[in-house]
Amino acid sequence: MADLRTEFVGIKSPNPFWLASAPPTDKAYNVERAFKAGWGGVVWKTLGEEGPPVVNVNGPRYGAIWGADRRLLGLNNIELITDRPLQVNLQEMKQVKMNWPDRALIASIMVPCNEESWKAILPLVEETGADGIELNFGCPHGMSERGMGAAVGQVPEYIEMVVRWCKQYTRMPVITKLTPNITDIRKPARAAKAGGTDAVSLINTINSIVSVDLDNFAPSPTVGGKGTHGGYCGPAVKPIALNMVAEIARDAETYGLPISGIGGITTWRDAAEFIALGCGNVQVCTAAMTYGFKVVQEMITGLSDWMDEKGHRSIADIQGRAVPNVTDWQYLNLNYIAKAHIDQDACIKCGRCHIACEDTSHQAITAMVDGVRHFEVMEDECVGCNLCVNVCPVENCITMVPLDVGTLDQRTGKPVSPDYANWTTHPNNPMAREAAE
Amino acid sequence: MERLQNGVAAGRLDAAAYDANFSDLHPRFEKHEALVAADRCYFCHDAPCMTACPTAIDIPMFIRQISTGNALGAAKTIFDQNIFGGMCARVCPTETLCEQACVRNTAEERPVDIGRLQRYATDTAMDAGRQFYRRAEPTGKTVAVVGAGPAGLAAAHRLAVKGHQVVVFDAREKAGGLNEYGLAAYKAADDFAAREIAYILEIGGIEIRTGQKLGTDFALSDLTSKYDAVFLGLGLAGVNGLGIEGESLEGVEDAVEFIAGLRQADDLSTVSVGRRVVVLGGGMTAIDAAIQSKLLGAEEVTICYRRGKAEMNASEYEQELAASKGVFIRHWLKPKAILGTDGKVAGIELEGTAFSDGRLVGTGETGVIAADMILKAIGQKLSTDGIATLRMEAGRIVVDEEGRTSLPKVWAGGDCVAAGEDLTVTSVAQGRDAAESIHSALTVAARPAVAIA
Repeated sequence: MADLRTEFVGIKSPNPFWLASAPPTDKAYNVERAFKAGWGGVVWKTLGEEGPPVVNVNGPRYGAIWGADRRLLGLNNIELITDRPLQVNLQEMKQVKMNWPDRALIASIMVPCNEESWKAILPLVEETGADGIELNFGCPHGMSERGMGAAVGQVPEYIEMVVRWCKQYTRMPVITKLTPNITDIRKPARAAKAGGTDAVSLINTINSIVSVDLDNFAPSPTVGGKGTHGGYCGPAVKPIALNMVAEIARDAETYGLPISGIGGITTWRDAAEFIALGCGNVQVCTAAMTYGFKVVQEMITGLSDWMDEKGHRSIADIQGRAVPNVTDWQYLNLNYIAKAHIDQDACIKCGRCHIACEDTSHQAITAMVDGVRHFEVMEDECVGCNLCVNVCPVENCITMVPLDVGTLDQRTGKPVSPDYANWTTHPNNPMAREAAE
Repeated sequence: MERLQNGVAAGRLDAAAYDANFSDLHPRFEKHEALVAADRCYFCHDAPCMTACPTAIDIPMFIRQISTGNALGAAKTIFDQNIFGGMCARVCPTETLCEQACVRNTAEERPVDIGRLQRYATDTAMDAGRQFYRRAEPTGKTVAVVGAGPAGLAAAHRLAVKGHQVVVFDAREKAGGLNEYGLAAYKAADDFAAREIAYILEIGGIEIRTGQKLGTDFALSDLTSKYDAVFLGLGLAGVNGLGIEGESLEGVEDAVEFIAGLRQADDLSTVSVGRRVVVLGGGMTAIDAAIQSKLLGAEEVTICYRRGKAEMNASEYEQELAASKGVFIRHWLKPKAILGTDGKVAGIELEGTAFSDGRLVGTGETGVIAADMILKAIGQKLSTDGIATLRMEAGRIVVDEEGRTSLPKVWAGGDCVAAGEDLTVTSVAQGRDAAESIHSALTVAARPAVAIA
């Protein structure tokens, strides 16, 4: 049996699955249920400073996009940080941590961007016995209008400053949660590191309007005839999150900085991908909000079964394994040549590969051969782009087959070269460097 | 041999026709089909399908595991609750259990294909020879199980997992009970019953002794004195009689025996069937016997049932399956006499029936159906051989909610108990739960008493 235990910045949990700071972690009631279901840890919904709590809208807080069969693919929300009094949250956190000593309990915090506010809340949180804190620099709606959340996360200097305060005023490990609403994710990550953060977590939600109500001409969710942008999350954001995680994992300045991966994780496979790109654990929200806490059991068994099958014994065995294989486009091997191949036994003859290729790509797939509906790749036209694979409704019906070294590429009329050659040395590149002799 | 020859005869069809007729009723899903089917599951909370399953398999979880590419994990989820998950995937009347409860019925009148997804997962694990359980440390206890059917072997497997030694006695030549000798051949094609038992026995610690009949070869008291506990998973060996004239004519057979002969035949062309067959009864056995008669080449097969369609034990789906194979189902008819010529069946005289003041009565109208074979599927009963010391009710063994009988050290489950539903899946649940009860009884006994200060 694979060992799923993790120790992330010194915080132990029985598995790498934490619930992200969000509505599912707002109360002891929910968190207790989550732990009973098997979650390894929770990041408690973001605490604000002492005093009258924030208020939420009393109309719809969520909007969504769906795939076929109304499968929830993306969720957008305009809920703010916890709207319960700070003391209530702190008391509950303390009790829950006592009840569940083997699970990770992290406090997410967002207070105004001044030293006193941070200095004031950190001892209160520390007193609960929480294992660490997560700085919410990501929330893109509402709080950012008040100079908090993403308004801090979008200014690297502020990030560094607040992280420094936190490291100064608490012994708890500090996880800095990053907003994706920024041009280059490496900048805030570097700033967090410079401030002394123990880890970063990403991504927070993405600025979004999920749809427009065409009867009322207002964005939805519509509150009293108006809408605002919300934070987008769920399976649809996973690719954006994976890229940002990889950017930090392979950046020379932040290399080795612990990362807690967040963004659309729904199955064990998603989690494994984040871990392979360098994450020490993962945080989940939308999957739990869609299917309930029990969904973690699929993630735990799936990850464990896959690790057993592949002979990976621990999370450390897979963590970061894909990072060395993330590179810049300019270093991809231009002498690697693959051609699409259609398995005629699996083909259901829908024609989607043909029309995608014919209308929008390289005219490399037949629609008819000898008067019969037949879809086949013309290797002398195929550039190996993979579009047909992606539009085919049958898994593994179309596959990309690499050409062996020495075989003739019918499109170029040249044999496949054994040499690695990328854009940096390509003759068409005006900046090309001479290969070293 | 001619296809339409009168009388009871073998070899009515050519080899290819036998192969086609008795191949898998529903071939297993390919991966693509499984993924598409799995995609339809909503992962319901407190899922109605799971509640409807007598073994309470976590159906949403195993389907989600299939959809994430973890078919082996899905199989374990199934086997955790039901070690006969492979056979149940094939023979369960899902249309009246999990699939009837599926919430997709409300919106689309088409449930998730739970049974076929279960088969996809369990076949994947069994084909890979993947075992999910290891025996606990030996407890030193030995349990006797009587009956190597679904109840007995489900109990034996669970007991073996717990570290007990198990000896299973069965009167027949082969283990498996109705999985091996009953059921329709096209539901358990490719010798699946035997393969599944081999897979289950791989856990180790289970010894099977066949040809050992309770009440003949050994007595219940032999077992209670020699073993730490006994589980009775007896089948219903006794067959109800019609009690009408002509019952001993050549060509009158018990449907159960007919099916057993068919299931055990190495070559289906040696199995005899009438040109015109009448099956008496309204349950699954009647349907299985009728369909298989048709598939063996009978020209006309008629099921006669003495009540209406709504009262039939066979599910709607099974009735439709029979109709689709060319079986004619007639309701409100009871047998009056079997007619013979030269000692052989020539037809059956039936009388119309109706409910009158809640009682079934003959209407006096009679008719005759020409037939050369009559199959009786009017129910089986528990033989009391060797179990006379147990408290019985309505011909079945009385047990409590944990499967304990009126005798200490003796548990029972499956078709032989009052709560039995004549379903493989119910038998498995009862065997499994009795094993848990036996385990806790044996381990509590082994635990030293704790002094309370």
